[in-house]
Amino acid sequence: MRLPNLAALVIAAILVAATGAARAQDAFRDVLPGLGGGFNQQAEAAERLGASADPRALPALRALSEGLLLRAPGGALIADGLDLATGAAADPAGAEPVRINNRVRAALRGAMGRLQLVSPDRAERAAAAEAVFRSRSADNIAPLEVALAREADPALRARLELALGASRLISPDPAARAAGVAALAATDSAEARSALLEARAANPDLAAPIAAAVEAIDRRLAMRRYVELGFQGLSLGSVLLLAALGLAVTFGVMGVINMAHGEIIMLGAYATWGVQELCRQHAPGLLPYALPLAVPVAFLFTAAVGAALERGLIRHLYGRPLETLLMTFGVGMMLQQSVRLLFGAQNREVISPAWMQGTLALPGGALVTQNRLWVILFALAVLGVAMAAIRLTRFGLEMRAVVQNRRIAATQGIRTGRVDAMTFAFGSGIAGLAGVALSQIDNVSPNLGTGYIIDSFMVVVFGGVGSLVGTLVGAVTLGVTNKLIEPWAGAVLAKIAVLVGIMLFIQRRPKGLFALRGRAADA
Amino acid sequence: MSLSLPGADAPARFTAAEWRRAVLLAALAAMLAVPLLNLLPEGSALRTSDFLVGLAGKWTCYAILALAIDLAWGYAGLLSLGHGAFFALGGYAMGMHLMRLIGPRGVYGHPVLPDFMVFLGWTELPWYWWGFGSFPFAMLMALLVPGLLAGIVGWLSFRSRITGVYFSILTQAMTYALMLAFFRNDMGFGGNNGFTDFKELLGMPLSARGTRVALCVASVLALAGSYWLCARMTATKFGRVLIAVRDAESRVRFLGYSPTAVKLLVFVLSGMLAGLAGALYVPQVGIINPGEFAPGASIEAVVWVAVGGRGTLFGAALGAISVNAVKTWLTSFAPDLWLFALGGLFVAVTLFLPRGLVGLVRRAPQ
Repeated sequence: MRLPNLAALVIAAILVAATGAARAQDAFRDVLPGLGGGFNQQAEAAERLGASADPRALPALRALSEGLLLRAPGGALIADGLDLATGAAADPAGAEPVRINNRVRAALRGAMGRLQLVSPDRAERAAAAEAVFRSRSADNIAPLEVALAREADPALRARLELALGASRLISPDPAARAAGVAALAATDSAEARSALLEARAANPDLAAPIAAAVEAIDRRLAMRRYVELGFQGLSLGSVLLLAALGLAVTFGVMGVINMAHGEIIMLGAYATWGVQELCRQHAPGLLPYALPLAVPVAFLFTAAVGAALERGLIRHLYGRPLETLLMTFGVGMMLQQSVRLLFGAQNREVISPAWMQGTLALPGGALVTQNRLWVILFALAVLGVAMAAIRLTRFGLEMRAVVQNRRIAATQGIRTGRVDAMTFAFGSGIAGLAGVALSQIDNVSPNLGTGYIIDSFMVVVFGGVGSLVGTLVGAVTLGVTNKLIEPWAGAVLAKIAVLVGIMLFIQRRPKGLFALRGRAADA
Repeated sequence: MSLSLPGADAPARFTAAEWRRAVLLAALAAMLAVPLLNLLPEGSALRTSDFLVGLAGKWTCYAILALAIDLAWGYAGLLSLGHGAFFALGGYAMGMHLMRLIGPRGVYGHPVLPDFMVFLGWTELPWYWWGFGSFPFAMLMALLVPGLLAGIVGWLSFRSRITGVYFSILTQAMTYALMLAFFRNDMGFGGNNGFTDFKELLGMPLSARGTRVALCVASVLALAGSYWLCARMTATKFGRVLIAVRDAESRVRFLGYSPTAVKLLVFVLSGMLAGLAGALYVPQVGIINPGEFAPGASIEAVVWVAVGGRGTLFGAALGAISVNAVKTWLTSFAPDLWLFALGGLFVAVTLFLPRGLVGLVRRAPQ
């Protein structure tokens, strides 16, 4: 098996030498046959083609690396039905694929990277900058300098500078190595950090600048991590805020413990999914706007459920909070089981519109996901609307009057029963809005709500019952605290620590952060 | 607190107290008969099935848990939504003892370490597992650990006058936090698999009929003992103070009593009873895992009490057994309907039957 193969190789090599001599004037044609030779020849040819700026080189190297390069019995190299040397159509019949090994593969990667660095296609240049950075060779310095001089895109320039710095680190020239350290010190990339650490052993003379550079990078990375953690905390806080706001209205204002609150959030998420499916079936043109359309639908739907719940069941139990708690728990159970039987237990997918997808880079390099950013904005908007409704509208005025003194409010002509129903509907509608937001970042399934009910109560109790500002402060504090503890304690312990922290906190402030004062506090 | 049954309307040959005693003794006899009749030879007409004995043992443990909840809720007004945590902690204490008794018979055959510790690559027993090889120690822990937790949570809550729904939510958060903690593998409690595959207890193989009958009888006797304890306690002056705290805490405080101390004592006792129930439950069902800490399990137990009739010990036990009997019956042919039924039970009992099943029988309002 091996002998005929070797013979073929020898013959091929002779042929290559013969044809190469005939066309000495064309560097590309000169080097090309090496790609069909032995592994050493292939690697060498790849290096030389990579250093050339010939536009024919890249397709040839790519064909070889992807196993699409064929060698005809005559020694001609064929890819895509074309003879690479002449560019003429060639018959691939009888041709065999050229094989490569890992060393050739590495050489090909580097060479292709260098060629792609100056490609007119931006995506190709970006990929090349990565590849060159990873291949780590001092030979890359020259092509990188060329590419950097031509590059205008700032993001790509940063990647090229990173690659150049890393390449300089392994240059034989001590001055270039020192320049490489200085260049890498100015970046904020973990890759630059590891390149510097790799170079430390080989460069005892540069130990001090490398240490300083690593420290500078660490400082920037830590900063970015804190920004990202802070954002995650805000994001969790906004989710808690949305989940707790409705509860702050029903529990805080009315004193009604609604254990079905989580299920009402879940109904809001299902309403969102329902709007999306209706759009998909009847008005595909509206599909990108399904989410904004779902906002009023979910609000009205869950508000109606809430009003029915209040008028039908809860009002019979006013003044008996513990019974209300148990009864609403039962209602929640039935709602959850109904949804499970109607729509199945599996997760339903609610798609994010294009304008909510993707990530956003903050100054300093921290990355934030767009949909989480939207949830934060949405939570703040809902909070604003809720506060405005309570402070500025007639309904809000009546609601506050009933909270402060139900009997006197009734004597003033306020229909307290109607106000109760509307308050409960309002709180439930806000829970429905929370469901719309959660459909973007959580699984829409029948038990979506169960995970939020305890956290929501904690937020309301921590922030102070009856105060929406307290709910905001409570939600953000708990969210950020949770995320700051998480990196060194793990998600579960962070959650437990927060729960224990709240238990200890209400020792000092049993009425929460923003306690009601005066008569309302005794209610 | 006189209990009048319909029969008492007839020309009275028995007083209400005698009626009550007769009903209780009849119930005790019936509950003891279920496991004991299982010992009759196969084929005997009176013989109870193994399945029924298993169920009876489980329900009896649930009844003890219901008594514990009723003591706190029905008498002291403390609606705990976290009694499942005390139950589970008692169960875990017993589970640790049973795990130690497996000894070298585990899958990995390690002489000391339970399988899951070998699997996690642990080399020695953590300190909190010391002593669980001894049955008296494990039983003591099954009572003390829940009692201690109830003491801490109760003390923190009652001294800062956390009452009503706040206390309920707090206890729910407690059991939720414990559930999260017990799901962790590195806690040393078997993670989400918990403990199972037990072999023996007090030298008797758990799979033997005699052992299971004995466990069931022990549970019934424990229920009777708990009932007696609770009945005695609530009948004394202490019990009167307890009910007064439930109905008008501020007035009790103004009269010079310390509601904090009264509530704390009752809550700790209630937690220990729940721990006892858990310890009896685990060898009979053969498994304990963090699912027992789920908030839903605790709240379901509260509904047993509500169905039976809170504030009456008989109602609590009756509720636990009857709701679970319905659950077993319904889940066997329509599992989808059970959650509807349970949810409906919550609604129906709170709206239409505030005094539970016992309230139907009892003539005069309280």
